[in-house]
Amino acid sequence: MGLMDLFKKKNSGDIAKDRLKLLLVSDRANCSPEVMEKIKNDIIQVISKYMEIDPEGLDIQITQTESDTNNGSVPALYANIPIKDLKHSGNSN
Amino acid sequence: MSEVIVITSGKGGVGKTTTTANVGTGLAQLNKKVVLIDTDIGLRNLDVVMGLENRIVYNLVDVVKGNCRMKQALIKDKRYPNLCLLPSAQTRDKTSVTPEQMVKVTDELREEFDYILLDCPAGIEQGFKNAIAGADRALVVTTPEVSAIRDADRIIGLLEANELKKTELIVNRLRMDMVKRGDMMSIADVTDILAIDLIGAVPDDEQIVVSTNQGEPLVGSDCLAGQAYANICRRILGEEVPFLDLETKSGVWSKFKDLFKKN
Repeated sequence: MGLMDLFKKKNSGDIAKDRLKLLLVSDRANCSPEVMEKIKNDIIQVISKYMEIDPEGLDIQITQTESDTNNGSVPALYANIPIKDLKHSGNSN
Repeated sequence: MSEVIVITSGKGGVGKTTTTANVGTGLAQLNKKVVLIDTDIGLRNLDVVMGLENRIVYNLVDVVKGNCRMKQALIKDKRYPNLCLLPSAQTRDKTSVTPEQMVKVTDELREEFDYILLDCPAGIEQGFKNAIAGADRALVVTTPEVSAIRDADRIIGLLEANELKKTELIVNRLRMDMVKRGDMMSIADVTDILAIDLIGAVPDDEQIVVSTNQGEPLVGSDCLAGQAYANICRRILGEEVPFLDLETKSGVWSKFKDLFKKN
């Protein structure tokens, strides 16, 4: 590999492979959009007990994460939950 | 002992019919008694790829409905004395046959043939269920594209759910020049993702178009695709055949051309 290759943008073959891997994790998990919606609503309920979050900005999806076992990767539920305000009750300091 | 093999893919247009025609012809060249069944009712294609479209009298639906005997519907390929085709019906739909009826058809053919190849329609509905019902083994055809591999993964899952244990992969339409420069997934990438055994890789070859134009399968001929199909046939029989080096295309002329090519 030449030095210039380090600066080149990613090959489309690799992009395809990465996209497929993500796609198949959620395909294989067989999580329907309805189930994902239910999970999302439950997460909002639970977290809201402790802090004020932005339900609109909440994003959940099934992805892969590194692991020492199982061929180096396992499915993971990824959730991005924007916090608006940390409630005092949840703040022990 | 005979074996019923379904050729399937999920996605359309990846080369199921071409694969069925070439693998079937290749097995016949290896002196096996082979029958090809087109299970795509309503959209029959295998007859034209085989060049047997002018000889159809009866079809699969006629056999199932009892309008004719099996022997009357089977078309003998004059080029290979031990190769037959059971064509599909063009004017019916997929619901005119049930999985149980397909099992009966394949069981009847087991008596006479070594290999029964089923060309499966695209999709995962009735036609797919019919095609896999009587099968012992499946060849999943895919191309190195996101959509085709995604569908192949779904199909592999469905085959497993239907307890079809022997499932092998054919990666079709590989372009080694594109793989080399990183613009196409490699054979290893595809087998990694799908996690089933590879039984063959077929390069994208202009000769396939020529052979389909003529209605003559190219298995065994001098081109790379012809060799790749011949190897798949030997692997089906259980032989250990090393995988082709798909890059050996470069003869003197292309090496000469490479000298003057910038990229």
